[in-house]
Amino acid sequence: MASKIASAAAARSGERMTGAECIVKTLEALGVEVIFGLPGGTILPTYDPLYASPIRHILVRHEQGAGHAATGYAAASGKVGVCIVTSGPGATNLITALADANIDSVPLVAITGQVGAAAIGTDAFQEADIVGATMPLTKHSFLVKDPKEISAAISSAFHIAATGRPGPVLVDITKSAQVAETTFTFPSAIPLPGYKPTTKPNAKQIRQAAGLIKKAKRPVILAGGGIVRAGAAQELTKLTDLTGVPVVHTLMAVGALSDLHPHNLGMGGMHGTVAAVAALQRCDLIVAIGARFDDRLTGQLETFAPHAAVIHADIDPAEIGKNRAVDIPIVGDAKAVLSDLVAEVAQWTAKPDYKHWWKTLDDLRERYPRGYDQPTDGLLAPQYVIERLSALAPAGTVFATGVGQHQMWAQQFLDLTGPRRFLTSGGLGTMGYGMPAAMGAKVACPDQTVWCVDGDGCFQMTGQEMVTCALNHIPIKVALINNSSLGMVRQWQTLIYGERYSNTDLHTGHGTAMIPDFVKLAEAYGCAGLRVTRAEEVDGAIEQAQAIDDRPVLVDFQVSRDAQVWPMVAGGASNDTIEYARGIAPTFDRDE
Amino acid sequence: MSRHTLSILVENKPGVLTRVAALFARRGFNINSLAVGPTEKPAVSRITAVVDVDELPLEQVTKQLNKLINVLKVVELEGSEASVQRNLLLVKVKADASTRAEVTGLVDLFRAHIVDVAADTLIIEATGTDSKLGAFLTLLEPFGIRELVKSGTVGISRGAKVITDRAAAVLEGVSR
Repeated sequence: MASKIASAAAARSGERMTGAECIVKTLEALGVEVIFGLPGGTILPTYDPLYASPIRHILVRHEQGAGHAATGYAAASGKVGVCIVTSGPGATNLITALADANIDSVPLVAITGQVGAAAIGTDAFQEADIVGATMPLTKHSFLVKDPKEISAAISSAFHIAATGRPGPVLVDITKSAQVAETTFTFPSAIPLPGYKPTTKPNAKQIRQAAGLIKKAKRPVILAGGGIVRAGAAQELTKLTDLTGVPVVHTLMAVGALSDLHPHNLGMGGMHGTVAAVAALQRCDLIVAIGARFDDRLTGQLETFAPHAAVIHADIDPAEIGKNRAVDIPIVGDAKAVLSDLVAEVAQWTAKPDYKHWWKTLDDLRERYPRGYDQPTDGLLAPQYVIERLSALAPAGTVFATGVGQHQMWAQQFLDLTGPRRFLTSGGLGTMGYGMPAAMGAKVACPDQTVWCVDGDGCFQMTGQEMVTCALNHIPIKVALINNSSLGMVRQWQTLIYGERYSNTDLHTGHGTAMIPDFVKLAEAYGCAGLRVTRAEEVDGAIEQAQAIDDRPVLVDFQVSRDAQVWPMVAGGASNDTIEYARGIAPTFDRDE
Repeated sequence: MSRHTLSILVENKPGVLTRVAALFARRGFNINSLAVGPTEKPAVSRITAVVDVDELPLEQVTKQLNKLINVLKVVELEGSEASVQRNLLLVKVKADASTRAEVTGLVDLFRAHIVDVAADTLIIEATGTDSKLGAFLTLLEPFGIRELVKSGTVGISRGAKVITDRAAAVLEGVSR
């Protein structure tokens, strides 16, 4: 049906219509099915033809919610997410979501209304220079004052957002361009002379890379979010299956290789597994695909992976060599790079022998497995809740998270077996991302269960979108890991600031004022609300939540505030100093 | 740190200079001088940026510039054997009847021009490299420099090769 709508819209090329109608027809012609938005003065002309369009518009309660919902939609589906808001505060409210999508390479198109062209620069009512403000936070942006340019600008925006390294593109359209009449011209070609992303990797570099992998004694594949965005999870699995090279993933690549795959060592970095962190520190070769050597992964850069040669493949040439010097640079799409590498290693007559390397790694996995301590205050262990959620959620469940302790526990204790099922704010660390992102994911994948693992702090930043979910029949489920605190900040205060808990108490948990009462709040929002305080209630509540499909559900899991995320590398420290639990430094070199 | 001159071909569109300048600022580079102007193609502008930067960060900023959608080509202009680089200087110098001849002598020596004469000042126009203009100003200083304005460096590579050769394929698509 979508393609029929698209061709019908494109067929209206050549007709006279308003700029506003051009916006809507262009979106239809590009195959857009869903828009998240909130109208206001300068975008009103566009909301009129939108009213008659087959495009589903989901009215959010705050523009940041529209941005994260579009992000969640894009991250879960691989399609371009679209949001539309008005000028001034509407546009500035969107900025956090744009910055978030930019650093995590999410294909997003944001359309903002702008004051009439004649009023630009006069500090008019609800005027904000949003193109200027978002320049460093978007992949590109357009300011459109001429209705003739609307269709080309929006089409270009989609092309830029979805190709190369994906990212958010903003199209700011003046009210005067929306109301003016013009001839609708759906562009047949995209005029972007300065934009030619390299997607096909260089064959010589692929051969050299394969040669280096063959020679390595202790290689590691570092799988980054680029693999998920490129839809290259299968190719990654093939490469590790064929070669036997262990895989460490970044936060953005959860599920790129199944968490249950024996070659998956887990996440690297600050809260990575001991085996993954040690593998990077001890390896002689890193094969990084679609990863950007972010500081949360590398720890202190000078001491990161000191023995490793580096093959770095990325679609963005600027990422290669940015943080870590590279031996073999490969510019290309992750899917193309991985399939070419697979084709190359498939010709090997003998599988390399990594027996000794695997022995070291398996020993680390055995001695430092995933685990946690039971809290001593009698309250629930948050890790237990997430463990049970992982066990009880149906196959194909999409998880979205907020940012902080619960995000790290979700990463550790959820077993993800496929890509695009773990939506999280990695680079920007945006509290409040999870719930609206879950909403977007549920819209993209209506037949899949969508759980948002959220924190009490995060939920209160964007929780109003529960209303949007309730009214638009988007039955997401929220597992609120309620520790009554800004938990990650509190953990740092415990470890670094001598237990001086400056402004991290949120009073939402057991034995506190419990403001807000999340169960009542959920009910007020038209959602189901459940509360769990004891371990034996966890399974029942999860099952009950999963049985409710006519409205969103929030489960208030009141957990211990003293639970901490381990393992941990202290901020700015070398990954060599990783602690498995507080005060417990693992020994890496037992058998050497 | 060493000095580098970048020639940046960009689409001639509003806001492009802001994007380029903001990128330098955002990535922590100081721009020593900046010049923007039209090229032989109306749809293409050329920015010449002189920056003080180490080799590795220079590579990074070049890559970041290339990522800007409106940037068509980034080329580093090599030193004086490989390129011609010039600045324009306008300087208002004190010169009355007693010193005018001496100043005019310096102007001739540096192949500069006097473009305005008043009772006790002269305006001198000079072009040249940074170092030539620096030497000229040092000699003018004792007479009293009232006001000075200098353009950013513009540069072009020597020989038959042109920057648009290297960017020909890219430029073909440029319209408007």
